[in-house]
Amino acid sequence: MNLTLLPLLQQLLLVLAAIVLFLSFVLLAQVRLISAIHAFAWQGALVAAVTAVVAATGQVHHLYFSAALTLALKALLIPWMLHRLIRQLELERHTESLQSPALVTMGAVALVIFSYWLVLPMIHAEMTFTRNIIAISLSVVLIGLLMMVFRTQAVAQVLGFMSMENGLFLAAVSATDGMPLVVELGVAFDVLVAMVLFGVFFLQLRDSIDSLDVDRLNRLRETGGDSQ
Amino acid sequence: MTPLMLVLLTPLLGALALGLLRRPVVAGWFNLGVSVVSLGGALWLGAAVAVSGEVSGTLGAQLFGPSAGLGFRVDAFNVYLVVLTAFVGVTTSIFSRPYMRYVLGIGRIGPRRMRTYHSMYQLFMFTMLLALTTDNLGVMWVAVEGATLATVLLVSLYRTPEAVEAAWKYFILCGVGIALALFGTVLTYFAAQQVIADPAAGLTWSTLYANAGGLEPAVMRLAFVFLLVGYGTKVGLVPMHQWLPDAHSEGPTPMSAVLSGLLLNVALYAVVRLKMLVDGSLAETASPHLAGQLLMGFGLVSFLVAGLFLHRQRDIKRMFSYSSIEHMGLMTFAFGLGGPLATFGALLHMLVHSLTKSAIFITVGHAAHIAGTQSIDQIRGLIRTQPAVGWSLLIGVAAIAGFPPFGVFMSEFLLLTATMKSAPWFTVALLSGLAVAFAGLFRHIHPMVYGVPPEGQQPVEANMIPVAVHLSLVLWLGLAIPGFLAGWLDRATWLITGAHLL
Repeated sequence: MNLTLLPLLQQLLLVLAAIVLFLSFVLLAQVRLISAIHAFAWQGALVAAVTAVVAATGQVHHLYFSAALTLALKALLIPWMLHRLIRQLELERHTESLQSPALVTMGAVALVIFSYWLVLPMIHAEMTFTRNIIAISLSVVLIGLLMMVFRTQAVAQVLGFMSMENGLFLAAVSATDGMPLVVELGVAFDVLVAMVLFGVFFLQLRDSIDSLDVDRLNRLRETGGDSQ
Repeated sequence: MTPLMLVLLTPLLGALALGLLRRPVVAGWFNLGVSVVSLGGALWLGAAVAVSGEVSGTLGAQLFGPSAGLGFRVDAFNVYLVVLTAFVGVTTSIFSRPYMRYVLGIGRIGPRRMRTYHSMYQLFMFTMLLALTTDNLGVMWVAVEGATLATVLLVSLYRTPEAVEAAWKYFILCGVGIALALFGTVLTYFAAQQVIADPAAGLTWSTLYANAGGLEPAVMRLAFVFLLVGYGTKVGLVPMHQWLPDAHSEGPTPMSAVLSGLLLNVALYAVVRLKMLVDGSLAETASPHLAGQLLMGFGLVSFLVAGLFLHRQRDIKRMFSYSSIEHMGLMTFAFGLGGPLATFGALLHMLVHSLTKSAIFITVGHAAHIAGTQSIDQIRGLIRTQPAVGWSLLIGVAAIAGFPPFGVFMSEFLLLTATMKSAPWFTVALLSGLAVAFAGLFRHIHPMVYGVPPEGQQPVEANMIPVAVHLSLVLWLGLAIPGFLAGWLDRATWLITGAHLL
């Protein structure tokens, strides 16, 4: 695949997407919650930028709207809500002790390679741009998934979830010029409601286990029953 | 258009109104009223489909322009699920009114949470009906995700540490699963753009189905894996089932009834619709039955594993949620097997399983109130304390375990016959799985129903009408499937497999 032969705007898109992927790595191993939220906000802003560039190249007008929506939701509103929750829960100075972060980062690298391996035979060789962008989005989705498995802090898990959504948006916008507007609005609405509910759950979790460390959720076991 | 709007708008507006209604007693009745109106709409819709074969249209076309509105398509396959969903919605709200009043009475929840409960109940009905009727794969995704969001607060309604834990698990697991399904949807859209000129129609199921042969097989194959894992999480397929027993056991019992009886069906419906697309796309390739084989694999594993787990349960609601996983596995297997007989059996099984399982959960709710616990070891002697509850539980379990003459026996018999015909070796696995599950259910149920009741165990106020109605319907379906229903299921079979059974 010869990336230098692509039109300049597509090259720009790939660079932006690569930074989105890089920010996924930053998120994965960031122990300070505040910094992780900032990294997430930047990722959202970059996805919005990708959307705007796609809108400009393809003359797809409704994408300007979804770029604004992504920027408002992913780069401003959700990070702001998380910030506020963290202040409310007094977690500003919280740092998480990660178990073997190097290994997990290597795992994330393996996931990127796996995504390319999965996507390459799927799409014709002449569609260099689409191949790369789908592989990168899939990597972002899978790294988000890895983050949700690996991090035990509830806020970090939510960040993983939201960065998965970023990967999905990236795929939808750049490989297909955006989904129909109704669907995009619906997805954005669901994400927003999910964020509000996550906020409610942070408070419920703190009330019930006195911390947001989800590793302490171990009352329900396979045999169950003795809980009542 | 009008019956469709009635079906969809009633629960949505009902949810808003219930969110504002302050008096719990009135809210219980109002909730029932809303459900009854939805059922009326669903029956009307059913009649319209029976006359014309298919009802489709666009809602909100005036608002967003003709291409951006919400497309709907109701055919024989989804209309019976719509009617079933609305019907179980009604019977469960009949049960939930006194049940939740009792819960409010003993102070487990306050009036504000009652409001959340009623509002979310109707919102959940709305999302399921939307997921069933919409023609747009993206909207279907939004609705299924919406169903998670609507129920997650209900699972944690009691605010015990266990309930919060169950809700968190449910939220995270289903959130992740459903995100993977969205990736599959994006890939489907990507494949559609290569063959369908109008980008706005690229997620419309009818259009995709008409052009399924042209969809790039390599892309669709990968898309289906993501979609199956995603929606399969909501179906409760092993190994993505971890959320299901927790959510069922810790949430309020009416919620367990609708989750088990309806939500799992809706997710399976989504998987089957998508399988129809993938089958069309892969028809010309070297592995035309890949989607079916995946379904068979996941289904069989879920069926067998859940049957074994039934034996180890100590919580009555957890036990029945494993039984749900088992039955969903069986249906998934049957849809994967394909062919008119297996598909007809699976459709019938969806129907009878929903009816039986929601009846069982309703009975279990009363049983747990009688014993004051959900622990199997402490529920004893139900028949002596309150014969109506005890017998209902016994009959319900007999029905779900596949005893003749109940409907579950009929559908399982059809499935076994179909398996015997096309994949005889699997019959051994199915039969042993059924036997294991049967033993698992009865070793627990026997002492609960017959044993000696503890001192001072008192009967509770229980309305057994919904249970009686459900179980008689299941019995009726086992003895004789009425002609119109058989014709309906046959048409759905024809839609899915392209061949008539009857």
